Amino acid sequence: MPRTRLNLDIPLEFLSILTQDGLVDEDLEPDVPGELLLKLYRFMVLGRRFDERMLQLQRQGRIGTFAPIKGQEAAQLGAVAALEPRDWMVPCFRETAAQLWRGTPMESILLYFGGYDEGGRIPDGQKDLPVAIPVASQLLHAVGLAWGAKYRGTDEVAMTFFGDGATSEGDFHEALNFAAVYQTPTVFVCQNNQWAISIPRSKQTRSRTLAQKALAYEMPGIQVDGNDVLAVYVAAREAVERARSGGGPTLIECVTYRMAMHTTADDPTRYRSEEEVLQWARKDPLVRFEKYLTDRGLLSPEKIQEVASDTDAAIQEAVRRYEELAKTLGDPLQMFDHHFEELPPNLREQKEELKRLLAAEREEASHA
Amino acid sequence: MPKMTMVQALNLALRQEMEKDDRVVVLGEDVGVDGGVFRVTEGLIDLFGPDRVLDTPLAESAIVGMSIGMAVYGLRPVCEIQFSGFTYLNFHQIECHASRLRHRSQGRFTVPMVLRTPYGGGVRALEHHSESREVFYAHMPGLKMVIPSGPRNARALLVSAIRDPDPVIFFEPKAVYRAFREEVPEEEETMPIGRSVIAREGRHVTVITYGAMVRPTLEAAERLSREEGLEAEVVDVLTLAPLDDSLITASARKTGRVVIIHEAPRSYGPGAEITARLVEKAFYFLEAPVRRVTGFDVIMPLFAREQAYLPNPARIARAVKETLEAAA
Repeated sequence: MPRTRLNLDIPLEFLSILTQDGLVDEDLEPDVPGELLLKLYRFMVLGRRFDERMLQLQRQGRIGTFAPIKGQEAAQLGAVAALEPRDWMVPCFRETAAQLWRGTPMESILLYFGGYDEGGRIPDGQKDLPVAIPVASQLLHAVGLAWGAKYRGTDEVAMTFFGDGATSEGDFHEALNFAAVYQTPTVFVCQNNQWAISIPRSKQTRSRTLAQKALAYEMPGIQVDGNDVLAVYVAAREAVERARSGGGPTLIECVTYRMAMHTTADDPTRYRSEEEVLQWARKDPLVRFEKYLTDRGLLSPEKIQEVASDTDAAIQEAVRRYEELAKTLGDPLQMFDHHFEELPPNLREQKEELKRLLAAEREEASHA
Repeated sequence: MPKMTMVQALNLALRQEMEKDDRVVVLGEDVGVDGGVFRVTEGLIDLFGPDRVLDTPLAESAIVGMSIGMAVYGLRPVCEIQFSGFTYLNFHQIECHASRLRHRSQGRFTVPMVLRTPYGGGVRALEHHSESREVFYAHMPGLKMVIPSGPRNARALLVSAIRDPDPVIFFEPKAVYRAFREEVPEEEETMPIGRSVIAREGRHVTVITYGAMVRPTLEAAERLSREEGLEAEVVDVLTLAPLDDSLITASARKTGRVVIIHEAPRSYGPGAEITARLVEKAFYFLEAPVRRVTGFDVIMPLFAREQAYLPNPARIARAVKETLEAAA
């Protein structure tokens, strides 16, 4: 009886195209139209500045708790840039930049985090699922959507996002397994931002990479520099093309960093050093991409300034629309909407009850 | 009309809906080649192929989570979880997503899926194979919870559930699967979800029940009629959530006396909700305390003791008689 080494062919690559200083590896530099590169840049700037504005709004009490994306713009945008509008995007809760790219208006995001259910409405025709908060649970929806696309013989792809912490959840493993078994056109994008609230990547798993978890499911996996938008884009484009042409799912691990807190309710100084944050600040995806685009002659100091001021104007206008819109919402009876196609008798009764209660409370308040 | 068991009737519903609508797909553990451990999906894979009848890997959360994605895509997945005692492994997918996606997306996406699963005791099964935990699902906003009681209504309700625009948890009383046959029409038959029915008319007392407990309740009612001349009205709830209380309230107002039967544990069980509704809506018509005959608040015993746990015709008849004898 032999005891031999199993010869499993399990290749795993790491991909990085831009150096920390924004210098490009010309052998790996992808052929991407300047227009798309500039669009990516504009959305990276929007993602960054909108996130900063949201943080201010949260601190002023104008929106509620949310999960900042600072530092992860390249990981999200490089990935969704590889999708077509006919593809599906299944986010978790830290994909603001990806949502904006796909067409979600800023005011919807503000409404959602401002406590208005109406903000969860995805514009008609935009094939994104709403935010999913229970970690890793949404990956399976992307598998189901992709299965549907395959069943119907379309070439749609479903891309889903999650973090390093999600790779410890059962649903992550079930999703990868099902996607591989049924060879669904699913692209799994892990934003390994090093921290799951206070738990560092090193305590999340003994695995040396998260990408290697794909190999157990006989699925291609790749680790990329998640702060290098070109690397993320190239990996995502390959994965999307493979999925679209019947080659099945892929796991992409984007090595990035959560520059801010887990959510606005979190204080990261309790569990990580300022020094670590500063080290990652030197790998800022926006700075690197700006350098690259400037070297290619696509950006100039004037153009950078113009993008910044256009972005700020758009954000300011969105915040204004959000606060205007919020004034018109707020009807408490709206809470009974969108549970079933038809309102069942118990909900009809309870809606009437709330209506009466509110009227009585208004009446009492007017006499007080 | 052919006479069928509940298993055959459910199989008929699935076959006909799959023939009619290529959005309907079936998935679960052993539902294909094996035809399901109770044979409800028997033969479907031969008729519709492995692309529409998926023998899945063993992962309940994935079966339900994938069904959610399929439903959002525009399909009508009917997934089977082999026993309701294993639905805890997919519980979060139901609570966090299936029941909420319509609301979270404010009407943009819907989840027209059915989760079929056998529940209940009386078949001498292993641990986790006999429990009745329908309240877990009946308690969730955004979800429909249906429990048929016989072959004919099982078939008609499953067809309605598949066509329903919202997610339906469909608990199948496994003790009824092959217990008796009923005439089930070959031609299409549906039943409205969200309505209860009168399974037996009577004027002295209302007995409210559902699922596997309908048969022993009817048996008790017949015995009381034969031996005591007491006429119990039996209400078969059929849809536990959203609960339409108009029929149970009307019946309670008519008879003034109510007994509720279920095999689920008593505390916070369906009987508690039904009693509360009666107190709210028919209190002044009640002539005796509402009585419950239910499972006990214990871990479901293994099968050597399960008959002592389950309500039976004798216990039901005794409770009904005592309720009738109670002074107003």
